[in-house]
Amino acid sequence: MAIGKSVKRVDAVAKVTGRARYTDDFYMPGTLVAKYLRSTIAHGRVKKIDTRKAEQLPGVEAVFTYEDVPETKFATAGHPYSLDPAHKDVEDRRLLTQHVRYWGDEIAIVVADNKLVLQEALKHIKIEYETYEPLVSPQASLAKNARQIHAGSNNVIGESGYKVGGRIEEAITNADIALQNRYRTQMCQHCHIENHIAYAYMDDLEHIVVVSSTQIPHIARRIVGEALGLPWGRIRIVKPYIGGGFGAKQDVILEPMVAFLTLKLDGRPIKIDLSREECMIGTRTRHPFDVKMRAAVNKDGVLVALEMDAVANTGAYASHGHSVAGAAGAKTRLLYPRAAMHYHARTVYTNTPAAGAMRAYGAPQVIFAVECMIEEAARKIGMDPVAFRMKNVARQGDADPLSGERFESCGLIECLQQGKDLIRWDEKRAARPKKQTGPLRRGLGVACFSYASGTYPACLEIAGARIILNQDASLHIQVGATEIGQGLDTIVAQMAAETVGVPFADVHVVSTQDTDVAPFDTGAYASRQAYVASNAVFRAARELKAKILEHAGRVTGILGGELDILNGAIVDRKDLSRKVISLKEVALDAYYDKQRGGQLTADVSHKTCTNAPTFGCTFVEIEVDIPLCKVDIKEIYNVHDSGVILHPVMAKGQVHGGVAMGIAAGLYEEMKIDAETGKIYNNNFLDYKIPTAVDVPDIGCEFVETYEPSSGYGNKALGEPPIISPPPAIRNAIYDATGIAINELPMTPHTLFKYFKEAGLF
Amino acid sequence: MNRMITCTVNGKKKELSVDVRQSLLEVLREQLGLLSVKQGCAVGECGACTVLLDDVPIDACLYLAVWADGRSIRSVEGESRNDKLSRVQQAFVDEGAVQCGICTPGFVMAATSFVEKHKHQKVSRYDIRRGLAGNLCRCTGYETIVTAVQKNLDDDDQ
Ligand code: FES
Ligand code: FES
Repeated sequence: MAIGKSVKRVDAVAKVTGRARYTDDFYMPGTLVAKYLRSTIAHGRVKKIDTRKAEQLPGVEAVFTYEDVPETKFATAGHPYSLDPAHKDVEDRRLLTQHVRYWGDEIAIVVADNKLVLQEALKHIKIEYETYEPLVSPQASLAKNARQIHAGSNNVIGESGYKVGGRIEEAITNADIALQNRYRTQMCQHCHIENHIAYAYMDDLEHIVVVSSTQIPHIARRIVGEALGLPWGRIRIVKPYIGGGFGAKQDVILEPMVAFLTLKLDGRPIKIDLSREECMIGTRTRHPFDVKMRAAVNKDGVLVALEMDAVANTGAYASHGHSVAGAAGAKTRLLYPRAAMHYHARTVYTNTPAAGAMRAYGAPQVIFAVECMIEEAARKIGMDPVAFRMKNVARQGDADPLSGERFESCGLIECLQQGKDLIRWDEKRAARPKKQTGPLRRGLGVACFSYASGTYPACLEIAGARIILNQDASLHIQVGATEIGQGLDTIVAQMAAETVGVPFADVHVVSTQDTDVAPFDTGAYASRQAYVASNAVFRAARELKAKILEHAGRVTGILGGELDILNGAIVDRKDLSRKVISLKEVALDAYYDKQRGGQLTADVSHKTCTNAPTFGCTFVEIEVDIPLCKVDIKEIYNVHDSGVILHPVMAKGQVHGGVAMGIAAGLYEEMKIDAETGKIYNNNFLDYKIPTAVDVPDIGCEFVETYEPSSGYGNKALGEPPIISPPPAIRNAIYDATGIAINELPMTPHTLFKYFKEAGLF
Repeated sequence: MNRMITCTVNGKKKELSVDVRQSLLEVLREQLGLLSVKQGCAVGECGACTVLLDDVPIDACLYLAVWADGRSIRSVEGESRNDKLSRVQQAFVDEGAVQCGICTPGFVMAATSFVEKHKHQKVSRYDIRRGLAGNLCRCTGYETIVTAVQKNLDDDDQ
């Protein structure tokens, strides 16, 4: 039995020995390197560009500008293709642009035989711009007569929303208490330690091979085809180990360009390796949200209604912009499913770096607003914030108020109970003085979240798995789902071992996805893979097992139905301790007997048409240093209902990483934009502070294990959710400590100073 | 301009002709094929390129290769011997301190130096955190990395 055990991660040794190969670790002699010429204005048009001098530098192979690339506009978002034209991604990019939309936009690209020449060549390109006023905020780009960042868009990409639970106005008028407030979240960046990198070459005159650090090889293949106007089958994407993605690599960024370049330069290998500074502005960021909220609550603690009106800033290009705000609203609808809820979001273009998918896809922004508002409501009616949540959150038997779909598993109340015990909520609150006045003040905070295990029914959910029985009785499993650090390879090996009946150590995983051979799957995003792949792996493993038993039956003369596989041996179904024949003998016979058998394999493609909601919460105790405006986390716990925990150590790892990212989003991180020029001025690790080991505390985590019947192994989403609830929990703890409600992120000393001053603390 | 340097890399003497403009990171990766040395920022901020220079962790991206003349360099390739992981490597595997793995070689080297320096000393988790603050990891929240180092130090038969 492998499920539920912390077996040895299949790629751990490769990674601690440095033998795991990432995109930059495959050398091809003669590889050319390429670098973008990025705009030094945020909004405008290139009037003239002169590349002649750069082209003449020794070592420079070619320079391409917006004049040399296809006219085709394409969409970059890593979504499955949609058969519904109304559901297509927004096609608003060309490979290079004449119309500059953010500071750092890609105007030209230089290809050279070494890196040093590249830098030099970029300096020799002369550009004349016609400059426009940079529209760096939604207010500016929505202003009357604002210039259109994309012609015909009115600077709005789209609107989304829903109304459930009846009339909100009525609910608000009739409720005991009505509240309203406004909450803002900031622009963050993923900061995966491996920057975006890709290279391409051609095998022959037709086929383009792209090796890329991507979360979504199969989608990348399609988008490269679309961008270059080539049949998809001519593109092959190879995804080796990748050094983190967090959503920034759920977007097709470098692949179409390297493919274009190799196509233009005789199929020679060409690599683009973004610098950290480029990666932080030129890939994707997290959408800043500005949410106006209203809530209605009764004195008995019933949450009656929530209304949200959000503006999401997607920056210069759509990327995922048209869907992030909608998905965020949909995933958070499940948290308080018995209240009336109205959600409306508008996503707008601005002249800032393009926002895309980032861990939990808009949910952290919306949940920040919701969980701030819930806190106000609890405090207003004088109810304990945990008790108020327990009374109103989703519980077993509830349903998605929009679709009517019942929750098959929901352990949120148990999560709250456990978190409360872990942090000793009641005890600490009872022991604390009513009003704290000193320079150091303690506070306790809580926040909950809901999320989903995929994108269905908004998008297709498909997974593929192939399992082969080897001659030595080991298995090889290959899936289309991608390992990006979260441990997917290990999980699918556990699933296969469990269902076929072989020891975990006998399962080998093909970690690399190569779209020419890997089963079809849309990739790593939406915390979907362990959930949707579970059904594909389960079916493939069951099918392979049946084939093995059938062949064992032929070899032994015992009917396959009377046999089973246990720990790598064929045993008597009625007496599992009785070994009938070894699996190896069966395998060898299947391969090499001159008449019977063949290679025993199973290959399954599975469409998942369910989407299990997942829940959890954060509890935190902090100390606020009032004079320093600094927050020190004393204890923090995340408690999750992610269904069955497949691998406790890796599951905790997801939580630790997510909580650390959540703490950072709550307290430290923000991309800073110069309001006049639109330039980001902290696009590096020196000025954009992601936490080091001293900046995060010990992180506690627990699971409430439910069983999700729609999943092959009872599991639900876990990858993204841990990041969602820490920021509002910390905010609510600051509120608890100081009585001051901070309504924006990040809660840096800078922000706190502003609020503390307003509140008269200084 | 190229210059000859002599140094010891993972216990082996090497004579190398290096471009004076090249970083140690470039030479280790491109000339010696030590691909464990990763680049996350190229300016000394992330520690993904950490190697030990005379047993002291340095950022190979910031260190010119010519400066390594006469010195001894250790990278993660030299830490496992005869198919056996070093204690620090093993602890990273056992504690689940590896996720995407891009920071791992650098972390293993920083942790190795920390462990060697603090053998038989009592150190707190916070001391470990401070000792490893030159390396960034975006996946683990550092929790299991700190535990791996702690377990390693507690393990007294080293
Ligand atoms: S690559 Fe050397 S410190 Fe980041
Ligand atoms: S394991 Fe991914 S950055 Fe550390």
